[in-house]
Amino acid sequence: MAQKDKAEEMAGQTKEISVSEFFEKNRHLLGYDNKIKALLIIVKEGVDNALDAAEEARIMPEIFVKVEELEREKYKIVIKDNGPGIVKANIPKIFGTLLYGSKFHRLRQSRGQQGLGVSCAVMYSQLTTGESTEVISSTGDGKTHKYRIKIDVKNNKPEILSDEVVDMDTWHGVQIMFICEGIYREHKQSILEYLKETAISNPFAKITFDSPNGKFDFSAGIDKLPDEPSEIKPHLYGVEVGILSRMLKATKARTLQSFLTSEFSRVGSTAANEIITKAGIVGEDGSPDGRLSPKRLTDEQMVSIVKAVKEVKLSRPPTDCLSPLGSDSVEKGLKKELNPDFITAVSRSPTVYRGWPFQIEVGLAYGGSIESAKFMRFANRVPLLYQQGDCAMTKAMATIDWRRYGLQGDKLPEGPIAIFIHMASVWVPFTSESKEAVASYPIILKEVKLALQEATRKLSLYLSGMRKAQYQQERMKIFERYAGDTATALAELTGRDADEIQVMINEIAKTVHEEALKTENGKEEEAPPVEVEGGKENGEEDEEAE
Amino acid sequence: MEKKTKKQSDEKVTKKLIELGNDVMGQLGQKKNPSVALPIRALSNIFFDEKTGLVQLGEKVSKRTYMNIAHTRKFMQTLLIAAECKKIISQNVTTSIRDLYYAIKHTIPETKENTVEDQSESDPILEDLEAALNTLRERLHLQADRKGYVAGPIMVNDRGDMIDCSKMGSSGWAIPSNVEPDLISFEKCSADFVLVIEKDAVWQRLNEDKFWRNQNCLIITGKGQPARGCRRLVNRLHNELKLPIYVLTDGDFWGYYIYSVIKQGSIKLSFLSDRLGTPSAKFIGLTTKDVEKFNIPKNVTIKLNEGDIKRGNEMMKYRWFEPKEWQDELKNMLKVGYKLELEALSAKGIRFISETYLPQKIKEKDFLP
Repeated sequence: MAQKDKAEEMAGQTKEISVSEFFEKNRHLLGYDNKIKALLIIVKEGVDNALDAAEEARIMPEIFVKVEELEREKYKIVIKDNGPGIVKANIPKIFGTLLYGSKFHRLRQSRGQQGLGVSCAVMYSQLTTGESTEVISSTGDGKTHKYRIKIDVKNNKPEILSDEVVDMDTWHGVQIMFICEGIYREHKQSILEYLKETAISNPFAKITFDSPNGKFDFSAGIDKLPDEPSEIKPHLYGVEVGILSRMLKATKARTLQSFLTSEFSRVGSTAANEIITKAGIVGEDGSPDGRLSPKRLTDEQMVSIVKAVKEVKLSRPPTDCLSPLGSDSVEKGLKKELNPDFITAVSRSPTVYRGWPFQIEVGLAYGGSIESAKFMRFANRVPLLYQQGDCAMTKAMATIDWRRYGLQGDKLPEGPIAIFIHMASVWVPFTSESKEAVASYPIILKEVKLALQEATRKLSLYLSGMRKAQYQQERMKIFERYAGDTATALAELTGRDADEIQVMINEIAKTVHEEALKTENGKEEEAPPVEVEGGKENGEEDEEAE
Repeated sequence: MEKKTKKQSDEKVTKKLIELGNDVMGQLGQKKNPSVALPIRALSNIFFDEKTGLVQLGEKVSKRTYMNIAHTRKFMQTLLIAAECKKIISQNVTTSIRDLYYAIKHTIPETKENTVEDQSESDPILEDLEAALNTLRERLHLQADRKGYVAGPIMVNDRGDMIDCSKMGSSGWAIPSNVEPDLISFEKCSADFVLVIEKDAVWQRLNEDKFWRNQNCLIITGKGQPARGCRRLVNRLHNELKLPIYVLTDGDFWGYYIYSVIKQGSIKLSFLSDRLGTPSAKFIGLTTKDVEKFNIPKNVTIKLNEGDIKRGNEMMKYRWFEPKEWQDELKNMLKVGYKLELEALSAKGIRFISETYLPQKIKEKDFLP
């Protein structure tokens, strides 16, 4: 078995690389590919975490963000919240270890998912300026801890430079200060835009931004937090062999049968038996056997189970794990930041892609201070600013025939319109680790499209109503405009009083106008003028022309 | 022509104007959407009367209503013009249609809009009013701009002045806009026929060559499409003096249409056809056949353009171009694909038109109906 020896020799040469080392070499995978974007991502990670923590602790979030230029392309970023804070022991791990997090292993809707974000920001700061990150936190017990942390890249472990107790009175929450390279801009995909959109999708949050160009205040528009999402067990439709294997190793269940019923949502004993039968898992007598120990399942058996699951009808996962904004909050969020003339929101019923519950919400705002078309995409209330074209939400928008609804524009609508699309899910399928675009599962495309159509229908009614009202108003104006001269002429012809005649004309015009407004659909509008004026004919006389 | 005194005419027209106003007032009193009925002056509402040989206005009437925003402005303008005409008549003055345009033009209070922006806006409204009241603009004390000249052996009484049209030098007698019998009468005429010429330049050539003396005729030019004064004069010369009317135009569809307007009246002024049309007029030239007959060099012809071809095909469908001779001529022009101006005859010599072409055509009675 020479081949096997060679392979083992090669195996001896390979070494494990830490995630930190991996990040050092591949930071673009997490979005740190340019200096403008890097600043945005750091703010985003901090703010997302702050919102998650406050929400989980049922605290109305108040977040302060400061971006200060220290020297050319070197910035200080401070993010401070009023959340529950972090217990002392966890501070170094959270900020000094990549992929350390509470959110990856549980299934519950939250902004962060992988436990990568904030420690990557620490890493980036350290790589670009050599500076440590300062973390101050208190859980409100009167003790505030201040750490200076770096990441030990080789071992993916926190390196604590200092650890002291400071006096911050009764404040609780987290304050992080990064010193990193970057460039500050206020363009389309900027910190300012991100915070503005965050303020829209989190209308219960108060956000203050102290930017290099001045202060911005995003006040809260509602005083109630969204319902707390609950954790759920995974649904078998979304489970792949890898996950199954991991879960089999970790489970406390003694039999395959009880593993299936206890670790997954919506699997009863009938369904479990069906899966076992279909997967061909048999006991010694050759008949289906669910008493097998989960730990002893072979890889082939795992593959059979994953395949078998697809043939078994399972109920959808429960959707109370989702915390949608609700159409009312979507409207309020849009209203407070965009001040539009018209606003509508649609919240679809929760549904499932590959076993994961999700829910689509769409808001439409029109007119008012909206100057040009604006498309805002959100995943679990986090604005998605990059990779618009790759996102399922954009693709769904492009399938709408906007002109049918009285709007301009081909793929995307044009004009003073803002479109808000939110996907809430326990597991948002991003196209990459930088979490900028939602993957295009057909059911997601369909849900977004249906929500957009419903909302656009309402907008279209508003627009046609407005056009009708506007038309009627202009019509009335025309009636009023010519009444004076018409009355004067009639007075000259008949000897009657001009003012009196004008009143008569205006009264009839008013009646006509009011009747037209009452008419439900402007069908009774003017038919095109029947009058055919002469002179159409070629070769008509040019007499009297000057 | 009914002989009416000016005073009677004024009273009658004034009454019609007041009736128009009262009619609208009556509708207002009944809280109705006020409207004015106007005969439709378009191809859809005219017909060719075989008996009279004239283009006549049909029965179709359109309502110009105030509460239709496509009409509101025109409705106001119609009444403004009616009121202004009443004023002009009562003051016993006569003004031009340009004066009328200025008289009713003012800025509508609190807007940047004028009651009329351009004379081209007020002129058609005036025609509407003439048709609606079944009257003439001359009876409304309005006159059009003068256009057209006469030379030849005729004595005209123009508001008391005796005009000898054979002694008008190189310019001729200018035809006034109003040639109604109460103002213009024919005192003495020895001409044998009337030659109506489209082009002033050709008229001048014939006048210089004393063509009218040689042929004992009147020569009249309308300078392009003749104005109503000119057409009315031709109508009267034929009706009252029994003079044959011959028409000379460019050899193109535009020229042929001018002939048809002189002969049968026009679409736009179809309500006046019996006054303006002269159904027995004959077409003398130019025709495409003349090119062969008089051996006119091909290099003076002009190639038909797209607009010509379209117009030619349209005209072939007009009832009054139905006679075979005209269908042949129209078809032939489309077939040979060229047209020619009257001046093209100069290629055969400067006096060719007056000394050869016209005398020969008249002698041979080589006319189109």
